[in-house]
Amino acid sequence: MSQVPPLFKREFLGYFRSPVAYVFLISFLVISVSLAFSRYGNFFRAGTAGLETYFLFFPWLFMFIVPAVGMRLWSEEKRSGTVELLFTLPVTTLEAVLGKFLAGWAFLTLAILLSFPMALTVAFLGDPDWGVMAATYFGAILMAGAYLGVCALTSALTKNQVVSFVLSLAACSALVFLGLSSFTTTLESFLPVGVADLVSNFSFITHFDAFTKGIVDPKDVIFFLSLIGFTLFLNVVALER
Amino acid sequence: MIAVQGLVKTYGANRAVDGISFTVNRGEILGFLGPNGAGKSTTMKMITGFIRPTAGSATVGGIDVTVDPVGVKRQLGYLPESAPAYPEMTVEEFLGFIAEIRGFRAVVEKRARVEHVLGLTQLASVRAQTIETLSKGYKQRVGFAQALIHNPPALVLDEPTDGLDPNQKNEVRILIRNMAVEKVVILSTHILEEVDAICTRVIIIARGRIVADETPAALRARQPGARLDEIFRTLTGADA
Repeated sequence: MSQVPPLFKREFLGYFRSPVAYVFLISFLVISVSLAFSRYGNFFRAGTAGLETYFLFFPWLFMFIVPAVGMRLWSEEKRSGTVELLFTLPVTTLEAVLGKFLAGWAFLTLAILLSFPMALTVAFLGDPDWGVMAATYFGAILMAGAYLGVCALTSALTKNQVVSFVLSLAACSALVFLGLSSFTTTLESFLPVGVADLVSNFSFITHFDAFTKGIVDPKDVIFFLSLIGFTLFLNVVALER
Repeated sequence: MIAVQGLVKTYGANRAVDGISFTVNRGEILGFLGPNGAGKSTTMKMITGFIRPTAGSATVGGIDVTVDPVGVKRQLGYLPESAPAYPEMTVEEFLGFIAEIRGFRAVVEKRARVEHVLGLTQLASVRAQTIETLSKGYKQRVGFAQALIHNPPALVLDEPTDGLDPNQKNEVRILIRNMAVEKVVILSTHILEEVDAICTRVIIIARGRIVADETPAALRARQPGARLDEIFRTLTGADA
């Protein structure tokens, strides 16, 4: 695992060596904040000093934005030929996968944390529950990691960034839709409740919800972490083919 | 010491590399010659651990690449075809990254290594330029620099003088000749004069098989008075 730090460093700084990072960060912040204050978010109408309306959109926002970060993870290396350089250096496939994933995750964490002016606004306007906000940020960061795991995997499967983006979008949508109440009630109509429950348990919304209420349930943490672990494992397998 | 035994690589029905065996020792510069598609790059990619062989083995310094790929990669300096590098990094940043991966983490040590290799390959003037802005010749030298940075006992160079002007070609050849004294070097080339210029031994590969394995002198002796490219053509059956 000793090679992970230089790989992480190279990848993370790489984001900032091109316009990618800045375009992404600014777009993410502008879109997420606009949504919160818009008619869909009802930030002011809600009347509570909290960030629920801001985080409400995260599962949907991530579904589009995380593939934008993840799609270039491996596709870029394959296209530019640097994959041949990387895999003739004395690094294991696992170290390479971890280095890239952690760098992407750190970058997404940065994007999420850069919304702290929202937290400050709420603190200024009222008396928010910091525990709930901290829990939600934590959950958002975990969820971003889980999305990224899926996107990194699809990126490893193809040289084409567009295909990677579409595949990861499809996979992430599936993971989100599984938790929508309208979807679960449809499932329950023709499947036993236990099975429908099991299926909805794979949804990002289901697990993120608890965090937004300030509950840090080990079950939810484990869901996200195990999804990350699983997609990283598949990532290594996909590359070693 | 690099030893290759019965290496095979098949892509579906196509036998890209069809049973290649040879050994190279310290002090030797082995030139791989062959038509395009003959299997030169594929063989090199198997030796360096980028591609898994379908059959056969490749060992570097006694270590089998399929058993301990990282161990093999540690001993190798590899210059892939088209000298890939991260385009948005500067030359200095890129070489610093490679140095870190090669184990030179301490700042002083890392800087010393990068300086040394910048000097060897005459890249000092472009050290702060991003790699995507470099000309082909400079990009090639960056690729070469990264292969040398850890002073490996073995060098595998895929077309090292590709895209260089005649002066640069000469400099690289001199560099390779100097390094080869204490290293094993395998290089592939299309340039027949390079064979005479630096190689101590030549292997000609055609259609995945070795058709000649001897010194340049012995190769010339096959058809006394003939040009190297004529001998090459006879051996690789281009007229057939």
